[in-house]
Order: sequence, then structure tokens, then C-alpha cells
Amino acid sequence: MAGKTLYDKLWQSHTVEDREDGTTLLYIDRHLLHEVTSPQAFEGLKLAGRKLWRPGANLATPDHNVPTLATERKSGIAGIIDPFSRLQVEILNLNCQEQKIVEFGMMDKRQGIVHVVGPEQGLTQPGMTIVCGDSHTSTHGALGALAQGIGTSEVEHVLSTQCLIQKKMKNMLVQIDGALAPGVTAKDLILYVIGRIGTAGGTGHTIEFGGSAIRSLSIAGRMTVCNMAIEAGARAGLVAVDEKTIDYLRGRPFSPTGAMWQQAEKYWLSLKSDSDAVFDKVVTIDAAAIEPQVSWGTSPEMVVGITGRVPTMQSVNSDTARESLALALKYMGLREGQPVSEIMLDRVFIGSCTNSRIEDLRAAAAVVQGKKVAGSIKQALVVPGSGLVKEQAEQEGLDKIFVDAGFEWREPGCSMCLAMNSDKLGEGEHCASTSNRNFEGRQGFGGRTHLVSPVMAAAAAIAGHFVDIRQWS
Amino acid sequence: MQSFTIHTGIVAPLDRANVDTDLIIPKQFLKSVKRTGFGPNLFDQLRYLDEGQPGMEHGSRPINPDFVLNKEQYRTASVLLARENFGCGSSREHAPWALLDYGFRVLLAPSFADIFYNNCFKNGILPIVLAEDIIDSLFLATQHGKAYQVTVDLAQQQILLPTGAHLTFDLDMFRKECLLQGLDDIALTLEKAALITAYEEQRREACPWLFADLL
Ligand code: SF4
Repeated sequence: MAGKTLYDKLWQSHTVEDREDGTTLLYIDRHLLHEVTSPQAFEGLKLAGRKLWRPGANLATPDHNVPTLATERKSGIAGIIDPFSRLQVEILNLNCQEQKIVEFGMMDKRQGIVHVVGPEQGLTQPGMTIVCGDSHTSTHGALGALAQGIGTSEVEHVLSTQCLIQKKMKNMLVQIDGALAPGVTAKDLILYVIGRIGTAGGTGHTIEFGGSAIRSLSIAGRMTVCNMAIEAGARAGLVAVDEKTIDYLRGRPFSPTGAMWQQAEKYWLSLKSDSDAVFDKVVTIDAAAIEPQVSWGTSPEMVVGITGRVPTMQSVNSDTARESLALALKYMGLREGQPVSEIMLDRVFIGSCTNSRIEDLRAAAAVVQGKKVAGSIKQALVVPGSGLVKEQAEQEGLDKIFVDAGFEWREPGCSMCLAMNSDKLGEGEHCASTSNRNFEGRQGFGGRTHLVSPVMAAAAAIAGHFVDIRQWS
Repeated sequence: MQSFTIHTGIVAPLDRANVDTDLIIPKQFLKSVKRTGFGPNLFDQLRYLDEGQPGMEHGSRPINPDFVLNKEQYRTASVLLARENFGCGSSREHAPWALLDYGFRVLLAPSFADIFYNNCFKNGILPIVLAEDIIDSLFLATQHGKAYQVTVDLAQQQILLPTGAHLTFDLDMFRKECLLQGLDDIALTLEKAALITAYEEQRREACPWLFADLL
């Protein structure tokens, strides 16, 4: 019999019951909540007169709607100008108080983007099942946890039962070997993978990322990769546990300690696919072939290397693809065959659960140090992923580097990744963004997003257009 | 949840691949704390020419006459015909809420994004996966001016076309049952409370750190 994949192992260890109809009752260890996808779930729970199954398994933090301007933040929830946003943040707070759920509220320095906060606090641990009413929950898979985004009905299901009813996905392996060139990052790697397999390439699968290029990445880099597994169509991304995972977790506030740590460590190190495990689908990629990537269109699969060009009508071969290309070119205001390095930018956004960790900010700061944001750029924003990332960056003087270069240094939150607060693009504006989605209107009505790595965004801010970071000095 | 047995409705063709949940319901409308009222803002960016905001009087907004749902013959459509990877992107259940609130009960596409697909079943919407060539032929059939009406029978897993022909489709037994009967799956799971508790006990033995309460 073939060995098991990491996904098989995680699935099996959380199976409460396999049913005749092919579904499984799956136990959930950790549930993360934010203000946008939870209010209707709490309401449903109350209407049905149900109680939380295990309050202590939940953690909440507001992130999507919170303002990132210090002036708007300083008087707490009451100071949020947008009444709709304020209500959601308020309701999360009330629900948490009522249901005895730990919340890192807006004024808590541990507050931040839920997918940055979980790992940072040691709330995300290998071998766990983790869910959140947010598709980028896949991020937590970087630590060897089965982490998936769920809808609001399922949020209610987990609150009430600590379980989900699911059908097992298929196994997919994306094997990336070789070394990334200097200047090429985890972000480029995952954008390249999505360009190769397409945004539906992983649909119905859990993707395990393996190979020497993945092993060489820091945990932060692995989180960037798993974060965008959802953009590759997969509900969950995974990376096997290794010494880096263990080192990352040691001493985090919610990591186990003492004898429990020893026991956990031993278990965690067993969390990898068996060498004879069989995957339903395997994609192999040569890391050395990857250039810094820039997305040009309105889907994350519409991406090319920095030396590349926007595709031409002739280069695509189906009617649907031509239709998509035509729509994307029109929306993005680009010409077919245009070199991506010629795209002029209006705004730059460094942040989001893809790239707002301290490592990302350090890398971006190193690029902009001593330089100035181009005069043609209307706004360049840096939004740390959490209050603790912000604090760490300030201790290292990164905030000063950014501000001296002409960037705005903000309070933590999702911010311009989805523009639910006041950070947004104007109509027709092009933005170099370290986030994960370039959908129409994602960063603001009529806004045009180009997905890039933090160093590429930083260099683009200085130059006013995209430049090859490998040639940067 | 409302149950789904048989549904007859007009098909509206949305000829566009990778329709994401931001397109289905833009983020500014996610600020609502209710499950209803999203219909007027379904496909907001495609339907209207201006930027929609919560609380706006949508009746006075400029309409995009080229958008399929704004065309006379599709105004009352309740079956949406779509292209591959429909519903990709965010996990927002507001997307099926908006489709339902507008009046859609059936979605036809060659593929759906996983989370969205799942969310539909929780809300009485039936997403049906059909082969690419069948979807192509439906797009051709629906573009001939006249309203194109189909009947979807969940129990039989069949779609009756105006020509009298039938299409069949697959879906999971569990999902089918829940939808047919409008079952509350939380209640179903709670019937298994003893099993869940037994799982917790055995797991706590093996991995006690997983049960450290955050409180
Ligand atoms: S940063 Fe963006 S992608 Fe991440 S959770 Fe927030 S809105 Fe979603």
C-alpha cells in the first residue's frame, strides 16, 4: 500500500466520523474570526438558541474594516468614521464579549490581519485543523496545518459543533527544486506557479508545496506561497514541518511549553508526506527559471516576468481566452504586446496577509533606503500586518526609512488589499501591490492592480514604473 | 434553509470566465450584518455605470444597457449560465446571498471554485457542473433573442430543455439530500455530539496541547 501524504495524515487525525454518503465529520482545532464574515453566524447561533461548543478554541481580531490612519484610530471603535465599518467592528467586539471569545481588539497591539496574527502568536500550530471565514486561511498551511477558508454558514457550524462536514479533496504536489535567483522571492514563485497552472489549476485539491526551493524559504516566505494557494484554486496549501517550523514556533505566546513542547515537537516533526505517497496530480517547477513577476491583468494567472510583455490576441488560442484577454486589456488600459516595465504607476501598496510581515518590510526598506518615491506617484503606503510587526519595524528604524523616502507609515489592517476602509485606488489608477488579488475593482472602483513582491513594489515606487529588481542598485 | 426540488426558470448567459466573488458582490456591500438585501447590488460594477455605495437608492442609478441582466429577455432570469471557475476568490457567503436575493436558484458552469460551490448549497442554490461543450451549446441556444426556459429536477438530477431533450448532472448524495429537504446541517451534526466528545477525549490524550484554551 502506498504511503500517506501530509494531507491524508491531517485528514485522518481529525476524522470524527466517515459517513456512507462519502462525507466526513472533521474536527476543527482552531477557529479564527474577523468582523466581516462572522456577524450573520453569531446571529444564526443566537436565533437557533445554540451555545458555542468550545469558546477557548476561537480567536477574533478586526482587520478588514479598521482604519489605518493613526488619527482615526486613536479614539478606538467610536472613532471609526464610516458608520457601516464601525458597526461591524463593534458587533464583533460585542459578540466576543457575549460568547467569551478572546479578541485582539482594535486598540490591542496584537491586533492585525488575522492570517498574520495567528502564526505570530503561536495560535497556528503544525498538525492542527484551522478555519476562518476568509479564503486566505490557506496561509497557515505553511506551518504544516490543514487550514481552510469557509463561508459564514460554516463559521456558524464550527462555532456550534467544532466540526465541519466535508468531502476529502484530492492530493496535488507542486514540487519546486533549485535555487531562486537573487531578487526573486516567494511571491514571484507563487505568482509563477499560478501563471503556469491557472487559477483553477488546484480546484478540488489540497496543494502541498515541496522541493528544495520551498525548504530554502523562510517561514514567512512559505506563508506567502500558501497564502496564494487559493488563487491557484486550492482551498488549502501545505508545507511539511522541518526544523525551521520548530524554530519559528519556539517561545511564541501560545506555543506549548515544557514537557508539552517536547511532546508536541516530536509529533510535529512527523508531519510530512511519506516518501512513497502518491499524489493525484504533480507539477514540477525549476526555481532557477523564475523571473520577478508582474501581473498585468484582472486574474492572478495573468502574470509575466518583468522582462515580458502583455500577451497579444494572436498568442491565445481559444475564444474564451481571447474574450478574457480583451476584457482585461480594456479594464487595465493596456495595449497588447506592451512591455510590463513600461506600465506607469499611480500608487504603491506594501501590505496584506501575503506580504506584510517583518521580513517583507525589511526587504522593501532595504530597496528604498536613501531614495525618494518618484514624483509621479500619488501615494505609497506601507501597512504592517499586525501591531507587533509595526512595533518591531519601528524598533529597527524601518518606519523612518519609509517615511524619509516618501511613503506613508500606517496602522495594521487589510487596508488597500480590498479597500473596505478609506485606503483605495481612484478610477483608472495603476497600483503596484504586494497583495494577492487583481480582480476588477478589488482595490477601488475602476482601480488597476498589479501584483508584485515587496522588493518589486518598493523599486517601482522609486522609479515610477516597474523595474527589474535584479538590476537594481 | 429553503429546500430545492424542481425549478423552472429563464436562463441568463454571463459569457465571462473566472467571475470572482468581488464581481458578484463588491466589498463595500459586505459591511452589512444581515443575510438579505444584497440583490440590488448583485454584479454591481457590471450592472450600473456609477460606483455603488451601501444605502444608495439604486432605482435612480445609471444602468449599463449592455449587461445581460439589464436586457429585456433576461430580466426575470433565475438560472445563470456561466463560464469556468465561477465564484473564485473570497469566501464571502454574501455572493450566494446576493444571487439568491436577486432570484437565482440554479447556476450552470463547467467548473466552480470550491468554497463558493459549497456556500451555494448552504443557501438553497443549486450549482450544476456541465461539460464544456454542453455549456457552449447552451450559450448558443440562449443568445437567440427569445427567452430560453429550462426545468431543473434535483431528485432526478435532470435538466429539461425547451427542445424536450434532457441533460443529466452529478452531485454528492449528502448535498442533494440537504438541499432536497432544506436540512439544517448543524442540527444533524449536533446529533453526533457524543461522537465529537469521544473524539476530543481520545485526541486530548494524544495531543494535550491542542486543548489549551485561549481564555
Ligand atoms: S489582507 Fe487582503 S486578502 Fe488578506 S485577509 Fe485581508 S482582505 Fe483578505
